[in-house]
Amino acid sequence: MNMVECRDVKKIYRQGKMEVQALRGVTLSIEKGAFMALAGPSGSGKTTLLNIIGGLDTADSGTVVVDGDTLAEMDQGDLADMRLRKVGFVFQSYNLIPVLSARENVEFIMLLQGVSPRERRERALSILEEVGLAGLHDRRPAELSGGQQQRVAVARAIVSGPSIVLADEPTANLDSQTGSDLLDMMKKMNEEKKVTFIFSTHDRMVMDYARRLVLIRDGQVDGDHPRE
Amino acid sequence: MTAIAFASTLLIFMLSWQFGSYETMINASVKIQTGHLQVQAPEYNEDKDMRRVVEKPEEIGKRISTLPGVAALAFRANGFVLASSRDRTYGAFVVGIEPEREAALSTLKGIIRQGSYLAGEDDGQALLGELLAANLQVGPGDELTVIGQGRDGSVAATVLVVKGLYRSGQDEFDRSAIHIPLSTFQDVFSMRGSVHEVVILANALSRVPEVKKKAREALRETGRDDLVVLDWRELLPGLVQAIQMDLVSGFIFYVILVVVVAFSILNTFLMAILERTREFGVLLAIGMKPKRLVRLVLAESAVLTFFGIAAGILFGVLLTGYFQEHGIFIPGSTEILHQFGLPERIYPRLSGLSVTLGPVLVFLITLLTALYPAGRVKRLRAVDAMAAP
Amino acid sequence: MILEFAWRNIWRNRRRTAIILTAVVIGVWSMIFLGALMRGIADQMVRNGIATLTGHIQVHQKGFQADPSIENRIREPGEIRHVLEETMPAKSLWTARVRVPAVAANARHSAGVTLVGIDPPVEKDLSFIGQAVRSGRYLEKEDPRGILVGEAFLHQFETRIGHRLVLMSQDTAGEIASRSFTIVGIFQGEMESTEKAYAFVTREAAREMLKMDGAVSVFAILLPEEKDAGPLAARIQNSLPPDSYEVLTWRDMLPLVSAVLALYDQFIFLWYVVVFIAMGFGLVNTVLMAVYERMREFGLLKALGMRPLRIVGDVLLEAFFILVIGVLAGNVLGILSVLALKTRGIDLSAVSAGSEFAGLGRVIYPTLELRDILLANGVVLILGLVVSLYPALRAARFTPVEALART
Repeated sequence: MNMVECRDVKKIYRQGKMEVQALRGVTLSIEKGAFMALAGPSGSGKTTLLNIIGGLDTADSGTVVVDGDTLAEMDQGDLADMRLRKVGFVFQSYNLIPVLSARENVEFIMLLQGVSPRERRERALSILEEVGLAGLHDRRPAELSGGQQQRVAVARAIVSGPSIVLADEPTANLDSQTGSDLLDMMKKMNEEKKVTFIFSTHDRMVMDYARRLVLIRDGQVDGDHPRE
Repeated sequence: MTAIAFASTLLIFMLSWQFGSYETMINASVKIQTGHLQVQAPEYNEDKDMRRVVEKPEEIGKRISTLPGVAALAFRANGFVLASSRDRTYGAFVVGIEPEREAALSTLKGIIRQGSYLAGEDDGQALLGELLAANLQVGPGDELTVIGQGRDGSVAATVLVVKGLYRSGQDEFDRSAIHIPLSTFQDVFSMRGSVHEVVILANALSRVPEVKKKAREALRETGRDDLVVLDWRELLPGLVQAIQMDLVSGFIFYVILVVVVAFSILNTFLMAILERTREFGVLLAIGMKPKRLVRLVLAESAVLTFFGIAAGILFGVLLTGYFQEHGIFIPGSTEILHQFGLPERIYPRLSGLSVTLGPVLVFLITLLTALYPAGRVKRLRAVDAMAAP
Repeated sequence: MILEFAWRNIWRNRRRTAIILTAVVIGVWSMIFLGALMRGIADQMVRNGIATLTGHIQVHQKGFQADPSIENRIREPGEIRHVLEETMPAKSLWTARVRVPAVAANARHSAGVTLVGIDPPVEKDLSFIGQAVRSGRYLEKEDPRGILVGEAFLHQFETRIGHRLVLMSQDTAGEIASRSFTIVGIFQGEMESTEKAYAFVTREAAREMLKMDGAVSVFAILLPEEKDAGPLAARIQNSLPPDSYEVLTWRDMLPLVSAVLALYDQFIFLWYVVVFIAMGFGLVNTVLMAVYERMREFGLLKALGMRPLRIVGDVLLEAFFILVIGVLAGNVLGILSVLALKTRGIDLSAVSAGSEFAGLGRVIYPTLELRDILLANGVVLILGLVVSLYPALRAARFTPVEALART
């Protein structure tokens, strides 16, 4: 079974009096353990698609099935649960809660899941070490560099034990070296933990890292290129 | 802005209430007891000594009642007696009144509950407070023996017939007074035609000072400057001070309220100004002088405040006006109000003062509050400001 | 950790939090302090009433309250004494008095007074008169001609200690009895009216003058605990023949005071609500501002899977922290300021005529009552949370997409 099945997904946005067709019927299957990128120019709809897969937004028509769950049949509460347990998010920026330290940010998601304090702490420290931030775990986001912040975001996304991680332009604010390091780490996660990674990007470097590249243009799939 | 409006409305309402109740209390006390002014012998007010009299009051009465601003005038005399009915004896005050003139002056005629009011020729008849009558166990038609001390120290005694009973609602009053015609009083107490009080009712509370002055002049002109003219303030010092106390305590409450409101809205002001930091930076950059900017900010705050206050005044006046018509009824307060001589419903009174005092206070404190954010604006540097998010 | 999270969020904008805290602190302080003042006034009225002879409970012949004349005297006081001995708790005090309306006169003046015949040693601990004698002396057990009058009375009558005073009243035969007394002591009362209203002699002297034999007018009882007055009064009433006697509590005898008390309860509550509304605007605004500032963050939290209810809970928790700090500080300030004034009280002698008029004494002591404090705290905390619900709900409504798009 595939991790994600999209069939003829459509989405319209209303901006004031204007209607924008963000997605015009996207059909896409994503296998388990994929490390793929949705690429396209701004306004192509890749972020919208990502949001819909993650349950942050709802499709106007078409079906979306994520890890066996049909999103259209789920109410807001179920979707929230799904995001909590099955999906990890990494955004371009503002990923972290400013008043919490790195460790606390990672622990937070486990707290929402109801994990015991002891176990939370252990897992948080462990994952932070894995992403190379051991020793920085008591720092607040304001005290971390951009790259470090994104690593914490990834750590948080992973530690919740999701089936799928959605990353929306995660390297956009980073310089190339830092970005490359980040992608290395994420690839490692994908291979070790078998977590599906889906990126949305228009960064060449990210596209090169991906094992599969799906091009989106004007709300439709414009090309599907597996690479190895 | 709502907060400002609220504060203004509340203050207007409460101040009107206060002033309204003062006026009611004053008028009530004045009408039932003292009148607006009285002419008396010096020191009579302090010790109520029977021998301090106003001799030959007719001339004075005639002069004063023609003064502008005087609504009514009457003579009174006071004494203390032991009153005995068939089975009971009680101490009581006796007041000699002129029935017709008294009716124009006080509410006595209107509060007769049993029997009837005195007429001019009702020599030897008396009106009693209901409580006193109950204590003495008498009703209209019964006889009452009274014994006291006359002006010359001789024994004053007579038999009275109860003509009517009244109830003012003030227990103190209803329990202790007997009203008889002045002529009877003068007779029994050997007054030789004199009285103790020349009671004057003015047209309005506001005309009292003027009437007082004219009355004094009149007394001097007729060569009676051995007498004093007292106004209600001197006759009821307790009332005056109670009002003062109330004013002071009210003021304290209001100030605290407005301070709390001020702090509440400080944040809003700050926010409103800080949000526009970038805008201010641009203004400064294109050459606006900091002082002008500050004035602009203050002016804006003033306008906002002004609208809030205007809204507050509007609501305040409407709300108070409504109650001014219908009165406010506080459940459970009837008894107490009666004891102080107040009617059941309190009527707030809108006046120039009550409408302006509150809003002015709010305005001042709000403006003070705006000073802090304005101060921050003054210290803005264009470059930093424009870089703000 | 949710607590930590909420706590730290409050201090994100120090100045803003400090400002709203100031508003809350001032508000709560004023609630407590002014509330204590109002309560003090109300209490003073009650105490004045009770101490001035009313006591907690009185037993009369039926009909005495309405018509306090010698006709309605208690002819068989022994019955009542017996019942009191059986039903009164330890440490309560009671005494039997003669009380009649009378006229006092000397060469120059005459006025009505209430003549009270007391049992001096017992009365000493029971009512105000024991402590109130300022010059001369208190009455002794055997004091056939001694009389105590109030200071204001003395001035009114232009007389002095050692001078004579004649008292007249109706005796049991319906005649007017009169007796000459000598002023032995002067007492000072809370209010001038008390000083003018009462004159004290020994019970025996009063009985002799009025030909009362063994009768008395009232039994007055002072209890160790005021709140027992109601139930105990009922017990006494039940133990006595119902048609002969009436048993009244101070509330029955001072209906005015009871009414004023109830009114004060309302006033205090009203004041609390008004202050809260003044505070409330600021509170809602502050929390609303904080919520809007963190819109992105709330979007993130929702994206992570935090349920709306929990978001509401978090915002409320933050508001709660602010309220709690403000309330605690306000309480401390309030209680301290009341304690500072408690011994000295607020001196009203400058407006003594006014306070007399209003039925207050010369000094007001602010009084803290637990229920007032609890009520003030309750109003602020509960209403504060209710009012914060609005911003909290708005926070929970941010759709992640919109919130996150605001980059």
